Amino acid sequence: MQSAQATNSEQQLLDEPRCGARIIIDCLQEQGVDVIFGYPGGAVLPLYDEIFKQNQIRHILVRHEQAAVHAAEGYARSTGKVGVVLVTSGPGATNAVTGLTDALMDSIPVVCLTGQVPSYMIGNDAFQEADTTGITRPCSKHNYLVDRVDQLSEKIHEAFDVARNGRPGPVVVDLPKDVQMAETRVYKSKEQVNRRSFQVVTQPAASGIEEAIEALSKAKRPIIYAGGGVINSGPQAAMALRQFAKMTGMPVTQTLMALGAFPASNEQFLGMLGMHGTYEANLAMYNCDVMLNIGARFDDRITGKLDEFSPNSTKIHCDIDPSSINKSVMVDIPVIGDAGEILNALIAAWKSGSHSLDATAMKKWWAQIDAWRSRDCLAFNQPSGEAEIRPQHAIKRLNEALKGKDYYISTEVGQHQMWAAQYLDFEEPNRWLTSGGLGTMGYGLPAAVGAQIAHPESLCIDVAGEASILMNIQELSTVMQYRLPVKVFILNNQWMGMVRQWQELLHGERYSESYTDSLPNFVKLAEAFGGKGIRITKESELDQAIADMMAYDGPVVVDCCVVRNENCFPMIPSGKPHYDMILNDEDKAAKPIEGAGRNMV
Amino acid sequence: MTTEQRTFAVLVDNEPGVLARVVGLFAGRGYNISSLTVTEVDHELGLSRITLETSGTPIVLEHVKNLLQRLVPVHSVADLTSFGPSVRRELALLKVSGVDKNRVESLRIADIFKAEVVDAGLEHFIFQIHGEPEHIDRFVDLMRQLGMVDISRTGVAAISRGPEVLLK
Repeated sequence: MQSAQATNSEQQLLDEPRCGARIIIDCLQEQGVDVIFGYPGGAVLPLYDEIFKQNQIRHILVRHEQAAVHAAEGYARSTGKVGVVLVTSGPGATNAVTGLTDALMDSIPVVCLTGQVPSYMIGNDAFQEADTTGITRPCSKHNYLVDRVDQLSEKIHEAFDVARNGRPGPVVVDLPKDVQMAETRVYKSKEQVNRRSFQVVTQPAASGIEEAIEALSKAKRPIIYAGGGVINSGPQAAMALRQFAKMTGMPVTQTLMALGAFPASNEQFLGMLGMHGTYEANLAMYNCDVMLNIGARFDDRITGKLDEFSPNSTKIHCDIDPSSINKSVMVDIPVIGDAGEILNALIAAWKSGSHSLDATAMKKWWAQIDAWRSRDCLAFNQPSGEAEIRPQHAIKRLNEALKGKDYYISTEVGQHQMWAAQYLDFEEPNRWLTSGGLGTMGYGLPAAVGAQIAHPESLCIDVAGEASILMNIQELSTVMQYRLPVKVFILNNQWMGMVRQWQELLHGERYSESYTDSLPNFVKLAEAFGGKGIRITKESELDQAIADMMAYDGPVVVDCCVVRNENCFPMIPSGKPHYDMILNDEDKAAKPIEGAGRNMV
Repeated sequence: MTTEQRTFAVLVDNEPGVLARVVGLFAGRGYNISSLTVTEVDHELGLSRITLETSGTPIVLEHVKNLLQRLVPVHSVADLTSFGPSVRRELALLKVSGVDKNRVESLRIADIFKAEVVDAGLEHFIFQIHGEPEHIDRFVDLMRQLGMVDISRTGVAAISRGPEVLLK
């Protein structure tokens, strides 16, 4: 009894007891949450009741829990804030699993609140019961089962801390219904919550910065390889990246995740690297003598064949997550810390040391890069007029139309995603929302919903394929409910294009189940959901369709029928090194894929 | 690359699911745990200490350490093998049953190994032995030939030698 009193006196007690559900809403408000993406059900009814009683937090009703998480991801990526999801127990939680895994792979901060059956029924195979913490343990950064109402405020605030700090990621809080309904006077504010075991290093060690500057200043063929960590660190990190690149004159390449961190229009930008990256970016990576990896993780889409990855370079790896260091590529100089802080430290050290790169060597290096650039690896041939539309051309025209506009682009997964990454220009961070690590078809439409909710005045376009879009097409209903002017631009080739491409290249052109028969009429489909539908098949119709799509004050689905058998090039076939790229269809015949590469995905 | 054996000591918050997180990290990647012990070591602070032994290439082991460190409830991780000398101890209970001359022989061997008889009947002994796990292995090998019918081992507890504290 005595000890209970002692604990109570240390805690800030509310004047009147409140129910758990109310405490949760109080926490969300304290965290500055303005929107929740969710779907109700029996185990979260107390929470929905509290949502009903307040006006500060808006709830967006999605049509599938997977979409709730993707929408929260789209919101988080386009704002830099934590995305919040609310789903019910059992199927609500299991449906969210794909989204959670997606957020984990791409390091997106999300807090997912899941309802749970009453704590006294857990383990009884109750109706809509699932072992949510068990199921989500490997696909979340952390998770909680809160079994006492007194702990609620602490756990909710902690969940936001964990999701946001360090390498961001999804955090699940499982909330039994009886805990939501029980009353308590215990409320900890976010300042009172400090987890001792979760301490993140954001400031880089001075010794690491010194070593990095030492290597960089002596480089003759340097390259900056920037990843999603630069985006996650915040817009300031992207600005620092630009400053560092400018003051050193180094070429910059970016991963799929980082597009926009460094402006596409900048002369020092070599384009995206990796499997479908540019010729110049990949060859520069292969031939460089010093590599500055800032916030990227040497993903297998980037490295290609590991033992031939940039064989002669000194590698500097800057990452906030120590477990990323030496995971697949052994590096020479690891620097642990926040990408922005590291870049600031590099800038300061470069300045104070009055460093500059060897001008002759750099001239030679840029001449080499320009020679690679002149291969024009993204070239394609588009006849005009009645001709069929090449998918690359469609994206290129879309890019033209976007110039000067305030836009956010999401994608699904597959060929269209790679073409969007190759042909769309991003000048700012947080404008490009795509599922990189997990490669989740069905990501783009809900992500566009999340971005549009966060930026109601901006142009939000989901660049899609006809197969991917069908995976979360139900979200058109969400789009209509909230009158979101989301645009869906479908490159329709009637194939699961990337699957078809791999079957062509690796499986003897046996196109097993990669063709979609009985596709819907996308125009009527858009209309059925209350939107506008546009279908085009000829090059001559393309620009007008894009203009109409952008001009329409409401949701639009463009069914852009494209050349059906187009392959996505350049391509480093899996298991091949950077110099072994297939640039086009003629190149393809000369380089059959065999051996170990066939085992890779 | 050569495979090495390592002993890790992990200081964690004593909260539900923490062991599942640690074990899941190994299981999901196909890494093997050869020994695992866990008990609360500080009730006031709610801390538990996990001692686990695993094997792998140096790169994998370094990765394991970093992954353990990344878990939210983990305070610190120490690699007791590479840091320097450490003390590793284990306790085992062995049941030997039989009525023939092996019964007497098992008593003599136990005496040599400084194992203690903690339960005895006309047809069985239960021996308690503690020490380095390799010492127990040798004892178990012999007892197996002398009618051992059951065995329970605690797994390894380990701590670094010298005045320094690795886990904070």
